[in-house]
Amino acid sequence: MSDPILSLQGVCTNIAQYHILQGVDLQVPKGGVTMLLGRNGVGKTTTLRTIMGLWRAHQGSISFDGQDISATPTPAIARSGIGFVPEDMGIFSDLTVEENMALAAASGPINPARLDWLFSVFPPLKTFWRSEAGNLSGGQKQMLSIARAMIEDRLLYLIDEPTKGLAPAIIATMAGALRDLKAQGASILLVEQNFAVAKMLGDTCAVMDDGRVVWSGEMKELSEDAALQERLMGLSMEAT
Amino acid sequence: MTTAPDHSPTMAQASLWGRLEPWIPVLLIPALIVFGFLAIPATSSWLTLTVSGLAMGMMIFIMASGLTLVFGLMDVINFGHGAFVSVGAFVGISILLGLGSLTGAPSLMLNLLAVLLAVIGAMLATGVMGWAFERIIVKPVYGAHLKQILVTMGGLIIVEQLILVVWGPDEIFLTRPETLKGAITFAGAAIEKYRLLAVGVGLVLFLAMRWVLRSTKIGLIVRAGVQNGEMVEALGYRLRLVFIGVFVAGSALAGLGGVMWGLYQEVITAHMGANMMVLVFIVVIIGGLGSVEGCFIGALLVGLLQNYIAFLEPKLALISNIGLMVAILMWRPQGMMPVVKAK
Repeated sequence: MSDPILSLQGVCTNIAQYHILQGVDLQVPKGGVTMLLGRNGVGKTTTLRTIMGLWRAHQGSISFDGQDISATPTPAIARSGIGFVPEDMGIFSDLTVEENMALAAASGPINPARLDWLFSVFPPLKTFWRSEAGNLSGGQKQMLSIARAMIEDRLLYLIDEPTKGLAPAIIATMAGALRDLKAQGASILLVEQNFAVAKMLGDTCAVMDDGRVVWSGEMKELSEDAALQERLMGLSMEAT
Repeated sequence: MTTAPDHSPTMAQASLWGRLEPWIPVLLIPALIVFGFLAIPATSSWLTLTVSGLAMGMMIFIMASGLTLVFGLMDVINFGHGAFVSVGAFVGISILLGLGSLTGAPSLMLNLLAVLLAVIGAMLATGVMGWAFERIIVKPVYGAHLKQILVTMGGLIIVEQLILVVWGPDEIFLTRPETLKGAITFAGAAIEKYRLLAVGVGLVLFLAMRWVLRSTKIGLIVRAGVQNGEMVEALGYRLRLVFIGVFVAGSALAGLGGVMWGLYQEVITAHMGANMMVLVFIVVIIGGLGSVEGCFIGALLVGLLQNYIAFLEPKLALISNIGLMVAILMWRPQGMMPVVKAK
């Protein structure tokens, strides 16, 4: 495995009296897609939010691109090169699609070539460019959320369940966009419940249970071992 | 690569009601003015009351606009906002009293220069005070509404007492600059010159705030921060700095409102800010938390209604604004143009 761009060691996160993360060890290699899998409520979203500094790790260390970011404020983490797509999409519904994108281009004006590429991937964003984001459909909002993260080059993308609740055609679009991003050499940490998508995109994989990473390895290895899937996540490929 | 299916949306013709509905809060203002025209027998009285109501509304808007942003963006219930109004009035009027040669001159330019200097001084003082207030009093209680009410109320009392220490316990009476005294006659109605100035200042301020919020990056950050501050931070913006900037700007605007209100009343007291807070809160609530446009409309409604009702049925004037708030909240419980949902 190449040098990790992101490394978590013994990360514990408490939310009120609940100990959600209980010593997460995770490595995300430079380039490629790392899948973060697991049942509902095992701490996948909390892991992403802790990396972004939205919830603070009480123990352990988080290192990104060689720097310890455990105590770094969220804006500085984002500016260091991490694009974040939260589970609830985080769309500013009263702003237009254009304004959402302009806000995401934090380092300056939107690069027209980059925007053209995003329009080619997500045509509805062009159609509804001047519409309020709150009026978009669920799939279009998800496209906007991902496009917003992709509007500038990032060293790492943290994407939380981009296909949740979407129609198959939209899921294919999402997967295509992420594959495109991967082909450009981006590093992606992707939380995904859709195992077919995970299998298609993932290079490496970490499976969480009870607030810890209980298995990590090559995605191929997990996708070819139905017994392992059943043991780790209570599913098998035949069921997906 | 698979691309997302595009849509060629077909827009159905919206019904008349559907097209009017978003504009109803705006239409309430002309509707109220027409109501006043029909209810008040003499046109000259109606014109005088309308200008007076608009002027009063503009001044309330100046005081309330900062508070609505603080409410909406920072989720802070600042009962100490009135302190900035009082301090602004005292600082501004003190400067004005020291500029007797400018205020006494029969020159509009010199008089306006004096008012401008007073306003700048007041806004600087209340801006700095707002920064200190946020750092010392508000910062420790972010996210705790009850504590916010208690400590900001405490801050208000402390500031009022400090005003008494610095300026003494007596009310300060003042006269307006020479060319802003008196009234002009238009269509048989006497319209105070100062009220026209207040309408102009309020209108310019509203347009300027709207431009900043709608057309600049900082405005974009503020509007987005009102909706989802966490996501704004996750995009790389230091929202805490924006918070402080908004608090300072809101405090400075309250200071401006204090100077304007002091000149309007021609008397200032340490408690004048606290006394205005009832109206300011009514405006912020009926406008919708975080909405500058809603605040503007709400302030004009409050100003106009108070003036019309005071003329038509003086006894009802005391409760007219509470009645307006009840009516609007029954119609739109989140206020007319809410940017954030009430918590």
